[in-house]
Amino acid sequence: MDTSEDILQQASPDLIRGSDTARAAKAARLSPSFISWLQAGPMMLVFLVFFLIPLVFVVIVSFWDYNEYQLLPAFSGRGYTDTFEGCIAQLPDLCTIGRTYLKTLKLCFLVWAITLFIGFWVAYFLAFHVKSKTWQMGLSLLCTIPFWTSNVIRMIAWIPLLGRNGLVNSGLMKTGLINHPVEWLLFSEFSVVLALVHLFTFFMVVPIFNSMVRIDKSLIEAAYDAGATGFQTLVNVIIPLAKPGIVIGSIFVITIVMGDFITIGVMGGQQIAAAGKIIETRVNALQFPAAAANAVILLAITFLIITMMSRIVDIKKEL
Amino acid sequence: MKEGRPRSFYVLAIFFAAYVLFLYGPMIAIYVLSFQGPQGGLTFPMNGVSTFWIAKLFQGTGIVDLGAAFRRSLLLGIIVMIVTVVLSVAAGMAFRRKFKAQSILFYSAIASLIVPSIITSLGISLEFRIIDDLVKAHWNENFETSMGLLTSGLGAHLTWTLPFGLLIMFAIFNRFDPRLEEAARDLGATPWQTFRHVVLPIILPSVIGIGLFGFTLSWDELARSSQAIGAVNTLPLDLQGLTTTVTNPDIYALGTVISAVSFTVIALALGTIHVLNKRQAAKGSDAGKGLV
Repeated sequence: MDTSEDILQQASPDLIRGSDTARAAKAARLSPSFISWLQAGPMMLVFLVFFLIPLVFVVIVSFWDYNEYQLLPAFSGRGYTDTFEGCIAQLPDLCTIGRTYLKTLKLCFLVWAITLFIGFWVAYFLAFHVKSKTWQMGLSLLCTIPFWTSNVIRMIAWIPLLGRNGLVNSGLMKTGLINHPVEWLLFSEFSVVLALVHLFTFFMVVPIFNSMVRIDKSLIEAAYDAGATGFQTLVNVIIPLAKPGIVIGSIFVITIVMGDFITIGVMGGQQIAAAGKIIETRVNALQFPAAAANAVILLAITFLIITMMSRIVDIKKEL
Repeated sequence: MKEGRPRSFYVLAIFFAAYVLFLYGPMIAIYVLSFQGPQGGLTFPMNGVSTFWIAKLFQGTGIVDLGAAFRRSLLLGIIVMIVTVVLSVAAGMAFRRKFKAQSILFYSAIASLIVPSIITSLGISLEFRIIDDLVKAHWNENFETSMGLLTSGLGAHLTWTLPFGLLIMFAIFNRFDPRLEEAARDLGATPWQTFRHVVLPIILPSVIGIGLFGFTLSWDELARSSQAIGAVNTLPLDLQGLTTTVTNPDIYALGTVISAVSFTVIALALGTIHVLNKRQAAKGSDAGKGLV
């Protein structure tokens, strides 16, 4: 049988051995704020070296000069003037950069609208119709697993389905609906939108689902008891409460599509211009200041869109 | 409320099933097609069944040295996974107290997540180019480059995986009961003992989840690697290069092999999480035991 002193000794040796050791231990103990720095410092350092400083370099280099093969560290607006070449002369027609951004915004809008629709109803089904926690976990996992696999593979996976001799075309030919294979199924804007929706609906499902599971079920019951129809409950209760998730998901999808150059490249057959692709093209031509200038423009527009979207929510919250 | 399931359940269940089919259907198609016969092409129908194309990959008769790219991607993925887990858990612990620069770190992580990858990638490449130029000008004229798989490449991948790690840590500590740590402290545990024997076992399943994100996101990373990886290629970069040139099922075979690694890692991680959760449920709480 332990005596109470033994138990104390095991639990907290300092108390028994006297206050001297306790005081020494206290002095050696690190201050809480120093520990916080030790814990958070490494991650902060990674973001500083590989994210914040690089962003600063993008802005600086966008004002440098360049020739065919190297960077010239002298102030110049050439990166920007080259980018906007002909924009004033060609008015009222849009110049290349204007057309490219218009095309990118159009892709963005299409992908946003479709992922929002699919993401909302998938999240709704998971949050409100799947009652068992195990099933909810399992089905959420089923939606997440593709996110852990390669995007390029998920893009090329459409080739056997949509190509000239793909399943869709041969199916349509067999049924006699068409005589010649449909060409716009692959390496077109259609396939770009399809692939982007395929890849990134996940980013819409997760935040909306998160908002929806937090909705108190009794609110929905209250709406039902007060005589609201299913549609009224959806519009007046569920959508407003799921709004934070909708906005976060929208920000993810819009920023991904605005900066995308891989999906647009692979699924567009390298033929479709987009904001992200301009940067890639400039880098491949070793025109770094021009690439950086385009990056700054893209960053500014993306930031503008995000600011506008977060404004919408806040205003709604005020009302 | 109503008896049985409402009609909307069935409509949405069908919608959900269609979405899952949309997610997995195309992927399954290329896994099947990678087992094409030697004469087979890029599309259905199958022209015999064989492991010809997969074997061809491993013989190294393809266009690029895939074995080396495979090893590079694996090495990078494992390092990214370890660094992501350690830094995320540490930073996650820091966020449980208030500290200066807390919001700077938080907003850096969120910004790193949503700033288009091509911009981050370009920035890292510019940073390393400028470092190279400085070294060449001031110290060593024969200096080649500081860019590489484990310098700029590692950094680029971490800017993508760390935000996920940090957000998962937030989710964990949102539902963590701090009284468990207080109890450990009251019993005289040092902060390290409290972390090692109380906190870590409880959060371990989610920490494995962070590792899963770290590895798989790095293993498939493309946009951030594109400008920042240096002279060598990772596996996804090679695969992307093949999309414009290849006209036979090589590319599907490579896709299947890459996916096989992903699925193995996913299965291992989910399996471990499942076992840990079961063990926690079985003997996690001994409240009320041993009193009588």
